[in-house]
Amino acid sequence: MMKKALAFIMAMVMVLALVACGNSNTDPQTAPDDTTPTETTAFKIGGTGPLTGGAAIYGNAVKNAAEIAVEEINALGGIQFELRFEDDQHDAEKALNAYNTLKGWGMQISLGSVTSKPCEATATEAYKDRIFSLTPSASSTAVLVLDSDADPVTYKDNMFQMCFTDPNQGSASAQYIFDKGLATKVAVIWKSDDVYSKGIYDTFTAKAAELGIEIVSDTTFADGNDTDFSVQIADAQSKGAELVFLPMYYTPASLIFAQAKAAGFAPKWFGVDGMDGILTLEGFETSLAEGVILLTPFNADSGDAKTAAFVAKYQEKFGEVPTQFAADAYDCVYAYYQALTAAGCTTDMSAADICSAMIKQFTTMTFDGLTGEGMTWDATGAVTKSPKGMVIENGAYVGLD
Amino acid sequence: MTVKRISKNTRTTFITYGFVAAAFAVLQVLNSSGDLSPLLSGMLIPICAWVVMAISLNLTVGILGELSLGHAGFMSVGAFMGTTAAIALQRSVESAPLRLAIAIVVGAVFAAIVGFLIGIPVLRLNGDYLAIVTLAFGEIIKSIFTNLYVGIDERGFHMSLLKDRTDLLPGGKLIIAGPMGIGGVERISTFIAGFVLIMICLIVIFNLVNSRAGRAIMALRDNRIAAESVGISVTKYKMMAFVTSAAMAGGAGALFALNYSTVVANKFDFNNSILVLVFVVLGGLGNMLGSIIAAAALTILPEALRQFADYRMLVYAIVLILVMLGTNNPQIKNAFATCFDWLKGVFRKQSAKVSGERKEV
Repeated sequence: MMKKALAFIMAMVMVLALVACGNSNTDPQTAPDDTTPTETTAFKIGGTGPLTGGAAIYGNAVKNAAEIAVEEINALGGIQFELRFEDDQHDAEKALNAYNTLKGWGMQISLGSVTSKPCEATATEAYKDRIFSLTPSASSTAVLVLDSDADPVTYKDNMFQMCFTDPNQGSASAQYIFDKGLATKVAVIWKSDDVYSKGIYDTFTAKAAELGIEIVSDTTFADGNDTDFSVQIADAQSKGAELVFLPMYYTPASLIFAQAKAAGFAPKWFGVDGMDGILTLEGFETSLAEGVILLTPFNADSGDAKTAAFVAKYQEKFGEVPTQFAADAYDCVYAYYQALTAAGCTTDMSAADICSAMIKQFTTMTFDGLTGEGMTWDATGAVTKSPKGMVIENGAYVGLD
Repeated sequence: MTVKRISKNTRTTFITYGFVAAAFAVLQVLNSSGDLSPLLSGMLIPICAWVVMAISLNLTVGILGELSLGHAGFMSVGAFMGTTAAIALQRSVESAPLRLAIAIVVGAVFAAIVGFLIGIPVLRLNGDYLAIVTLAFGEIIKSIFTNLYVGIDERGFHMSLLKDRTDLLPGGKLIIAGPMGIGGVERISTFIAGFVLIMICLIVIFNLVNSRAGRAIMALRDNRIAAESVGISVTKYKMMAFVTSAAMAGGAGALFALNYSTVVANKFDFNNSILVLVFVVLGGLGNMLGSIIAAAALTILPEALRQFADYRMLVYAIVLILVMLGTNNPQIKNAFATCFDWLKGVFRKQSAKVSGERKEV
């Protein structure tokens, strides 16, 4: 009896302690704090993303970078932003709950969701509620599509992307491999239950067939069996692949590198933007990723002054090198800044009015950001910018061209 | 006093119906007058789906007494099949509520069929073994749906596994696209449909439990050997409860899926089965009203804790431990019981007074 009572009391104490922590530690920008002085004069900008769970690194990167951008813009003294970012655990149900929470808070413009499937769910709602959304990283085409049955396919008019769509990445990768003559025999290892991986895989294989790149080995893995890649590696090795294409996030990729090294298999490795972030993975031996090539629009090592300033600030604040996700989020906030300024929007405008002003701005404006110069958007919401090839040398990303 | 002659079971049944109906009425009024926050009004339908999941699992775990860890698998079957039906009928059935009803029925029927097939081998097992096999079944369903491609065109339905080999004619539509699941679903679920589904499930469960079959099922739970010795067919009654439970989960799945514009198989994973089991255990085995309240409370709880930001899931876990400890603590239970008795006493005195006054008049 005593023990039970003790357990009960301990649990109570923990909750109380957390209540105290929760109140004192939360960032004023993310907390629903009604006393924030910027309340009436700032644009309320909301977003959802996985801050906990398997995909948390992406959500946190986006949140951190958006916070930096908002701080910088608020310091300029012109348009003010108030950012609130909610956790969706990379799940459509939770994302919709997070979105509704933000709606209740009075969100005027949205950063959509960080990952594709949740973003599909929130984009449908945002379309209905007329809240303009610009997602930093939800790259699937389905995010933009309104009705895929219609002929021609119709798109949501208020949903825009800062990143490439998945199909673009796949064909751009095949084109890059072909143009640079990197390999003629290619192996692909992809994740069969992942939208992102599947989207890139489909267009990569289609483009590769068109260009005459031979795919000698085509193997898959899925959630739950993503720790042992010996079969996939042996298959690629036995069929003489010169290059292995890895359209996946970096966690499984890091295991593939380690296991391929153990198996004595050293092809060229080629990744996509999900590979970005592998160097900051905790406990990862960066020498394993030596020579990995990846296509990503952002290069943290570029000599560009804007990029250098952002990277320095991010490192100082969060202690790590920002990934492409972070850069995309930073660009999103600045794109909003530019568009809102150009459209002359004021904070007392309704979300729907801002939405129509933003649609007009985004389809006509040109934006220079960290992830590309002269970005433009078409009416579907897809962005046009050119990817950069990167290679990992001595534990750092180096531009290829 | 006729009230006293009503059996305890019947009273519980009517209290449960009354509670659900009252909760629905209150929420519906609040929702239509716009007094609910967007968060809560957006959660009404998922709450209905989770409530149905909880009461259907309670039938297996609480009434039948078999631990099932694959309940999300049935939800998945219902979600995918129901949504497929809804999409296929998009053009031919114009009325959205009718399409939703058909989708829920289709989801329930498919889940029942799968439940029956699974039940044949599974229900020969008991206890831990059954739990492990149902767990495996949930995973099998998940991987089937992540690799399944279903499309429809003028020639009818086409299916393939692992790779998209459906070869649809122009104008055809790929409904289930393997790992991408189903996308671009029209959201036709409504709160009213959710309420009706809960009520139907409750009526089915209470009527089953209070019938001859229900008593046989509970006899199996309490002592299988004794039940068998009086001639109760183990397979038949276990199957009856298991398939009913699966069908309800299928209906819940269809309702849930049609509330979102996208469905993926990974959503219905092992964690999800455990979550539903938590609802059941927290609400009390065999206690339907408890399951309903637990499902609703635990669905809202993580959202209500958003103010804790980074500590949210930690607080959620601790609150869960607290509640489990609290509801299992005999002292707290006694305190509740005393409170209840006191209230009863007060009512009885008052009613006695009222009837006394009447007599005087």
